[in-house]
Amino acid sequence: MSSGEIFIVVFLTAIVMVSGALIIAWLLAPRSTNAQKGEPYECGIPTRGTSWMQFKVGYYLFAILFLMFDVETVLLFPWAVIMKSLGGAGLLCVLFFLLILVLGLAYAWKKGALEWK
Amino acid sequence: MLELIGIRDWIHNSLTELISEDCSWVVSLIEYVLIGVAFLAVYAVLALILIYVERKVCAFFQCRLGPNRVGPWGLMQSIADMFKILLKEIIRINNTDQFLFKVAPFIVLVGSFCTFGALHFAKGIHGVDFNVGIFYILAISSLGVVGILLAGWASNNKYTLIGAMRCGAQLVSYELSAGLSLLTMVMLAGSMQLSEIINVQEKSWLLFQAPIPALIAFVIYLIAGHAETNRGPFDLPEAESELTAGYHTEYSGIQFGFFYLAEYLNMFIIAAIAATVFLGGWQPLQINAEWAEDFNNVMNYIPTWLWFFGKTFALVFLSLWVRWTFPRLRIDQLLKLEWKILMPISLFNMLLMAVWIIWIK
Repeated sequence: MSSGEIFIVVFLTAIVMVSGALIIAWLLAPRSTNAQKGEPYECGIPTRGTSWMQFKVGYYLFAILFLMFDVETVLLFPWAVIMKSLGGAGLLCVLFFLLILVLGLAYAWKKGALEWK
Repeated sequence: MLELIGIRDWIHNSLTELISEDCSWVVSLIEYVLIGVAFLAVYAVLALILIYVERKVCAFFQCRLGPNRVGPWGLMQSIADMFKILLKEIIRINNTDQFLFKVAPFIVLVGSFCTFGALHFAKGIHGVDFNVGIFYILAISSLGVVGILLAGWASNNKYTLIGAMRCGAQLVSYELSAGLSLLTMVMLAGSMQLSEIINVQEKSWLLFQAPIPALIAFVIYLIAGHAETNRGPFDLPEAESELTAGYHTEYSGIQFGFFYLAEYLNMFIIAAIAATVFLGGWQPLQINAEWAEDFNNVMNYIPTWLWFFGKTFALVFLSLWVRWTFPRLRIDQLLKLEWKILMPISLFNMLLMAVWIIWIK
């Protein structure tokens, strides 16, 4: 059995588990509707407007920084596996790569992108 | 010796004997179904145990008794809760994005379950074992954040939207330090395959192979992992006092149960990965010295699955302890902790590990 096959089995099991539980709940659970029940759970008085509006995504900068560092981690993994055989020379190259990234982080820090406002 | 590998081989051998060789696909099919059922059973039982443990430990931290009515010491409480949640009505909310609203629990649970499938429970008992195992775990466990964002957006509720946005920022941020500390350990182990990482730790656990950088990585992984499960001092996405229940405010009945299930199992999964990568997985504690031979033999006698679950539950207990000890952080403190403290430390720690491996070891 290869890992790929087991992955498919595990994936399908998860789907079956969620659908199975939903079906059981659909068979067993009571159902009733009224106008108030479908209201969003907010504050008691009728909700004003929709939530699908322009929203200040203050987390936008963090998402961009995340992208940068996540790609960096992905690039570093192959080096990490064989770093013992690459030795000091490999470390020097990676240091150069990291230096550029850390400069980026330092720039974002200095500019105040890491402050939550 | 109570090793599960014996049961696995026994099932495989009896199936191949029972069914003639021309239909070997039947054997594979039966084995696949058995694997699926086994994972499902372990997942569900662990969820019940974890919820019971959480409630009981929480109660003792707060000088209460906790669940003690259903069954002896309240042991049946979480089973009763499971049936209750299946019997609850799934309320249909007006003006939601119905498709995304229904897909979100699927994504969250599939992400959690597929990560669960990559764990190594005992010697020879494991599911997915890719040669890029750590990569696979990092990739598939971050599926959860997509589900959470969808849930928050599709509900058409202000609380869920804010909760989902916070959760997205928190999960992606803390994923970085978690990934970097795992990367540090991959450097030491020299492989990304989980079975290989466990084999490397046969003589001594990775935590003891390079004590200083490994210990820093361990602590960082525990903090970041704890934050990734949205619990304890990092439970901003579902801060009850300000956001009702965060991104799953609008979910009811079993649909809420899925988020709940995934949250508890993620706690177990994070602890299990920490136990596997830092504390040797199912490898028993060994002392690499002449005089310790008897000690090693005694340790070897303890079944490997007991080692795995023992280490994992010790870390789960640590996680619960942290949860009930520290007050909740503010969002700016949360992001500051990750980007200004954990992230630079883990980058520096990675270099320290490289230097350690190349020049000290």
